[in-house]
Amino acid sequence: MEIKYILDIVYLIASVTFVMGLKMLSHPDTARKGNLYAAFGMALAIAGTILLYNHPDGYTTREPLKIILILVAISIGSLAGWLTANRVQMTKMPELVSLFNGMGGACAALIGIMEYEHNVGKTGALATIIAGMIIGSVSFSGSVIAFLKLNETMRKPIRLPSYNILNTVVMIALIAFGAYIVYAQPQELLLPIILFVAALIYGVLFVIPIGGADMPVVISLLNSFTGLAAAFGGFLYQNQVMLTGGILVGSAGTILTLAMCKAMNRPLSNVIFGAFGASSASTGTDVKGSIKDISISDTAILMNYAKKVVIVPGYGLAVAQAQHVIHELETLLEERGVDVQYAIHPVAGRMPGHMNVLLAESNVSYDKLVEMEDINPEFAKTDVVLVVGANDVVNPAAKTDPSSPIFGMPILDVENARNVIVNKRSMNAGYAGIDNLLFYQPKTSMLFGDAKGVLTKLVSELKQM
Amino acid sequence: MINDIVSFFGENIQMIYIIILSVFVGVEVIGKVPAVLHTPLMSGANAIHGVVIVGAIIVMLNTPADNILALALGFVAVVLGTLNVVGGFAVTDRMLEMFKKK
Repeated sequence: MEIKYILDIVYLIASVTFVMGLKMLSHPDTARKGNLYAAFGMALAIAGTILLYNHPDGYTTREPLKIILILVAISIGSLAGWLTANRVQMTKMPELVSLFNGMGGACAALIGIMEYEHNVGKTGALATIIAGMIIGSVSFSGSVIAFLKLNETMRKPIRLPSYNILNTVVMIALIAFGAYIVYAQPQELLLPIILFVAALIYGVLFVIPIGGADMPVVISLLNSFTGLAAAFGGFLYQNQVMLTGGILVGSAGTILTLAMCKAMNRPLSNVIFGAFGASSASTGTDVKGSIKDISISDTAILMNYAKKVVIVPGYGLAVAQAQHVIHELETLLEERGVDVQYAIHPVAGRMPGHMNVLLAESNVSYDKLVEMEDINPEFAKTDVVLVVGANDVVNPAAKTDPSSPIFGMPILDVENARNVIVNKRSMNAGYAGIDNLLFYQPKTSMLFGDAKGVLTKLVSELKQM
Repeated sequence: MINDIVSFFGENIQMIYIIILSVFVGVEVIGKVPAVLHTPLMSGANAIHGVVIVGAIIVMLNTPADNILALALGFVAVVLGTLNVVGGFAVTDRMLEMFKKK
């Protein structure tokens, strides 16, 4: 029995856990177990590689120094990863995903640099190395920029003159340069390192023109890039687990990216090449009508005597740290026999599905979180809709105003409810920078103030009733 | 040229099968995930591409013990890969732990 076969079996098991893990992630009841299965498979693949891997031409050696270095590196990475994962605030999830993604990309790029010299003379292997290196580097520097944009270090999209043409030219030059290296196969590392730096620069150029609101789409795209880079590594080493893992994430990331774009009703090309926000400044719909205030006690009365209340949470809720108060409000109303549900728009929060995570963190049961397609028919039967910290996802302009930048985006049909109460800090426009006609409708009342303060008062008002 | 491409496919046919079938598996498996779970899914998938760490370990195992520069680069690659894997799985678990029916 060859030792290689045992490793092959280990990799087979790991690959199966990856597929199962992703599949089990498709239901909240099994998702956690699925993630643990995949993590178990990963641990198995890593341990198996350290103990059992041997290069077919016998390059592999296991001096104590190397094994110790590997184990120390794994311990450092595990400790840092574990601590970061457990300490990060749930609102910072997009930043964290982009950061971890960048690490994976950098890892793939470094592998390319290290493997280059051994493979001069083998055209196929070299092409794989160069491709993995370019994609890994772009994913790394792109993720770093996405991270900076998400944590608002970099606030405004930076658009160099004719940046679309510039980026396309740079991309073509990068591919041509990579192809040249594969063709010429220089022995020294100089050209591959220049390529590596050029790919890093391209990653920066690729992400800087894109606005902060589109970063989740970019991260998802870069996520699939890193998957692809890992798969190139798998091809190089004829390593099945890297190949299956990488390709799975590559295709998963692509599907997810497209799903996000669909939720925003914008083609992917528009996210990458289009300037969202730049054109929207001019599209001012004439806003006619007046807005109407409502007091906290009137809101409490309205809700207390309602049969059905739907809460529409937006990211503003999380910014105000009001997730826990809203759960308290929900429990209180439920105790009084009011049917309460949350209407979750697919892009609510800072990335798709983010609002669910934020509400889950404050102990809201997930069967109370209703997705857009399921809640929209319910609004006609709803007495009170409470919109907290959301704006664009309830803007009727998405349906009625073809000149609006969000035109065509599916929205929550809150206007079908009997009463709409909108909590906002002020009359400022939403993320997309456009006015919201909903606020001017006769059935809409505005409840101004900080979400946390207003909701806390609302809860104490209700308790006295 | 055409000869090269054909023999490239011939020599790597098993890998190419794995790639093509994995693409279909990925699309099928992911296509059914409800929007509720998109964030954990993205983060879980992110952890899985950390499998690139296997490549970093292989490089280190194949590097002669006296090549300090290569070992140092490999060390960094393993640290980064582990961060991706452990951080990714840990944070996904933390999110999913909260998804409970009450």
